[in-house]
Amino acid sequence: MSTTGIGQAVRRKEDKRFITGAGRYTDDLNRPGQTYAYFLRSPHAHAKINGIDLTEAVAAPGVVSIFTGSDVAADGLGGLICGWTVHSKDGSEMKAGAHPILAEDTVRYVGDHVAMVVAETYAQAKSAAELIVVDYNVLDAAADVGTAQDGSAPQVHAEAPSNTCFDWELGNKPETLAALKNAAHIVKLDLTNNRLIPNAMEPRAAIADYDSGTDEYTLWTTSQNPHVARLVLSAFVGVAPEHKLRVIAPDVGGGFGSKIFIYAEETACTWASAKIKRPIKWTAERSESFLSDAHGRDHVSHAELAVAEDGTFLGLHVQTKANLGAYLSTFASSVPTYLYGTLLSGQYALPAVYVEVDGVFTHTAPVDAYRGAGRPEATYLIERIVETAARELAFDPAELRRKNFIRTFPHQTPVIMNYDIGDYDACLDKALALVDYDGFPARKAEAESRGKKRGIGFSTYIEACGLAPSAAVGSLGAGVGLWESAEVQVAPTGKIEVFTGAHSHGQGHETTFAQLVCERIGVPIDDVEIIHGDTGRVQFGMGTYGSRSGSVGMSALAHALDKIEAKAKKIAAHLMEADAGDIELKDGVFTVAGTDKELAWAELALGAYTAHGFPTSEIEPGLKENAFYDPLNFTFPSGCHICEVEIDPDTGVTQIANFVAVDDFGVIVNPMIVEGQVQGGIAQGIGQALFEAAHYDETGQLITGSFMDYCMPRADDLPDFDLGFTQTDCPSNPMGMKGCGEAGAIASPPAVINAITDALGVRDIKMPATPARVWAALAAPSPSSD
Amino acid sequence: MYQFDYHRAQTVAEAAELLAANDENTLLAGGQTLIPTLKQRLAMPAKLIDIGNIADLNFIKAEGDAITIGAATKHADVAASPDVAKHLPALAHLAAHIGDPAVRNRGTIGGSLANNDPAADYPAAALGLDAKIHTNKRLIDADPYFTGMFETALEDDEIITEVTFPHPEKAAYVKFPNPASRYAMVGVFVAKTPIDIRVAVTGAGANGVFRVKEMEDALSSNWSPDAVTGIKVPEDDLLSDLHGAADYRSHLISVMAGRAVAATM
Ligand SMILES: Cc1cc2nc3c(=O)[nH]c(=O)nc-3n(C[C@H](O)[C@H](O)[C@H](O)COP(=O)(O)OP(=O)(O)OC[C@H]3O[C@@H](n4cnc5c(N)ncnc54)[C@H](O)[C@@H]3O)c2cc1C
Repeated sequence: MSTTGIGQAVRRKEDKRFITGAGRYTDDLNRPGQTYAYFLRSPHAHAKINGIDLTEAVAAPGVVSIFTGSDVAADGLGGLICGWTVHSKDGSEMKAGAHPILAEDTVRYVGDHVAMVVAETYAQAKSAAELIVVDYNVLDAAADVGTAQDGSAPQVHAEAPSNTCFDWELGNKPETLAALKNAAHIVKLDLTNNRLIPNAMEPRAAIADYDSGTDEYTLWTTSQNPHVARLVLSAFVGVAPEHKLRVIAPDVGGGFGSKIFIYAEETACTWASAKIKRPIKWTAERSESFLSDAHGRDHVSHAELAVAEDGTFLGLHVQTKANLGAYLSTFASSVPTYLYGTLLSGQYALPAVYVEVDGVFTHTAPVDAYRGAGRPEATYLIERIVETAARELAFDPAELRRKNFIRTFPHQTPVIMNYDIGDYDACLDKALALVDYDGFPARKAEAESRGKKRGIGFSTYIEACGLAPSAAVGSLGAGVGLWESAEVQVAPTGKIEVFTGAHSHGQGHETTFAQLVCERIGVPIDDVEIIHGDTGRVQFGMGTYGSRSGSVGMSALAHALDKIEAKAKKIAAHLMEADAGDIELKDGVFTVAGTDKELAWAELALGAYTAHGFPTSEIEPGLKENAFYDPLNFTFPSGCHICEVEIDPDTGVTQIANFVAVDDFGVIVNPMIVEGQVQGGIAQGIGQALFEAAHYDETGQLITGSFMDYCMPRADDLPDFDLGFTQTDCPSNPMGMKGCGEAGAIASPPAVINAITDALGVRDIKMPATPARVWAALAAPSPSSD
Repeated sequence: MYQFDYHRAQTVAEAAELLAANDENTLLAGGQTLIPTLKQRLAMPAKLIDIGNIADLNFIKAEGDAITIGAATKHADVAASPDVAKHLPALAHLAAHIGDPAVRNRGTIGGSLANNDPAADYPAAALGLDAKIHTNKRLIDADPYFTGMFETALEDDEIITEVTFPHPEKAAYVKFPNPASRYAMVGVFVAKTPIDIRVAVTGAGANGVFRVKEMEDALSSNWSPDAVTGIKVPEDDLLSDLHGAADYRSHLISVMAGRAVAATM
């Protein structure tokens, strides 16, 4: 077996440049003659703009040009779009106002774009912006999702009465309501899923360069999906025709979803670079990232679970208010609907599920996909209510779950998803063993003797990755297909270039995709180059999010490699004067069955290009193939996370004493990278559970606008994670892969909160469970604490 | 950042002269507070007078029954000093837990005391140990030095030159860090010096660092954690924010005071 093939912990090829500081991120790039953009942002959550006086600002030193919403409108540019149309219960389309690139007459959140100042230096642009006089008529803001639909709340968009973008439903309503009516027990829970700010290490950035000679635009930007950016900028915003726009996402330092979206800044830079006929560069300051990167989560929910006397789950009814922010971001509407409601059956054989979601506008930054996107919210809800059910009905939390596990596959849930495969008992068993569940009472008693309160919490999660079968998502409202493409180009020397539409912003594609090539062809890994993130080099692609790169992107590569192998064997047959059916390819060598004839991979490649030894009327010269792959189904990673916490009752500080995660990701290409993904995901999930929260005050000011107040998890907050894996190969794609990028962030928050509520003996505690909240819960134990 | 001139001073006298020359001139020490302020365009100094390299301000001296630390001495140097470790381990511990390594290798004791951030650590040690703050003009006792949140007795053109700490019989500092910033949400310095017993609290006071007389009295008759954990500082003068309301801070003061006393035993 190849030491660089599937299943090997190959060191990441890309790390050499990353850890030696030789990575090339957008801000590292500079263009000759480049100018700098600074965006003047609204200091108010909601205001009418009576007028903008640029007189002094345009005269400031170094200013090249200043653009406002009226300039954008005068050019007839479209606004930013949402690529997924969701329908309300009455069948009507979601309601949304326009999303202008630069505000026209109204600003709708603190950080909204009022003007773009372009100058010779960044400092000059920023100084000139201070001279812009904006006459605001400040209005009341609707900052809180819980109250934004009240009659008296200020309106975000006239088009969306009561700030309701949609009231969506999914599932079998009559059966669910009947189950709740007749059940022996009803478990009720009110939950908040706290709002998060993504905080990728690299802030968003863009350089746009217009070539007046060819009318071509090049945009370098921090994108997870450059082809999607090109499509939106050309087809919808109308900045440039698609074939005249090249979008390059060079090294990108983390995204977590926030770099999927097409934002005002890169759009405005691209458009304006043609106006001034010079390149324009913009890099967000960290405080701009806080204000204007799309945020995540922010749900308020009420859930009711119907349970039979013997613990069988009979039905689940969920009502959720999902904050969309002030404008619909690129995929905002899909996150609290089709990526959320569809996962509410969890790992359980629930006969009835009914979910109602109101998508609510508020005067806050747009909310969109963030690591897990909808599935963390679903998992939090179901795993919290199942744990609560176990406590109320006096079941062991592991046993109540086991009693309700789905065990036959495929399994059709009441909420669209058709689970293809899984073994939930195997994950639970392994996790129970790893955590030493039987030893918990002793550990709790020992902690007690040290004055600490110890608790344990479970999360047996399922999620959906591998986004997604195009026809399926199309029927649910997606404006795009979610296939992936790959191209394999073999050079005459046998070196291999792979062009993938997936995009790596930390995931390690340059290594894992190369591992698949090594596995299939048998060439050394250094002979394989993975190229991504450039619409000028990669034919097409839908990018990376939803843990789709392996199951969809590598499946496309597998198909392209099938074609390469088939053609190479045909050529080899001619070169070795044998029958194509007798040719075998192993470890980079072609052999003919039953003979000692051999042909090295590089010799074959050269032969394909010299084209001397085969009939070019039958076989074209060259060795280059591409494939588009559309998945058959979503994939369903699942697993069991168990968390043990110790709480210091004197201070309310929670320490994670033990964290076990057992995941079933199907086939694992590189266990080292997968463990890294799981660890990072759990760190983010623990961040949500214990530390992170975006907090707006009632006027819509972001209180947590810097790391001084927005608390990120740090290494010393986290224990060593105990990781384990089980494996059921995914039958829905040729790789057998399910995806691992989001599981940690999806599974871990309920495990942590279940452990804390267990330790404290309370029904709920809001995330993040800060020391102050834990102390307050201890000081006044009540059914629910703030 | 706005444009400014930069001058690296060689002596305290030179720095003092430049500082007095223009109201808009500002001292720069480690820059760990000032530079972020400049980057956010919240200050527009005419000239930055860098005192970080003045040799007379960079030293740690153990003489007699006191330790004197130059104003431009970095947190990391205080944390690593054998003299401080020997005579005032509580101060070494405090310095070692300020910010992160980058902050500790730039930030200075003089800058911290001049800035008097209500959540900074050094003010608790200065007040808790009855330190003497020497300036280019005079000597100021800790009690009158701290006059309020971000306020001190320093005049506009006054430069801290050094700080003298007595060797205590017992002392300890226990900090409950703000989870996000890791500044003190509550930090309590307790000390028993030959002269008196002091309990100084940082991070919690609406007017900056303060002493808790009731705890000091209790400790003078009974140096034990139990003496202080039952004493509550009234909530009225305490900070309340996203990370902790006044009642929580009040509670933490009692807990941290108890832990600090325990740490001396
Ligand atoms: C990320 C981060 C985390 C931090 N965490 C902590 C923490 O946990 N605890 C804590 O206590 N602090 C913390 N700090 C603050 C840090 O300790 C600073 O170093 C300190 O507050 C200021 O010292 P400085 O030398 O950097 O002063 P500067 O930033 O250079 O100056 C601050 C102010 O003091 C004035 N000044 C400086 N020196 C003198 C002097 N000798 N005489 C008169 N005026 C003077 C300056 O003019 C300026 O107004 C943190 C800072 C950062 C950036």
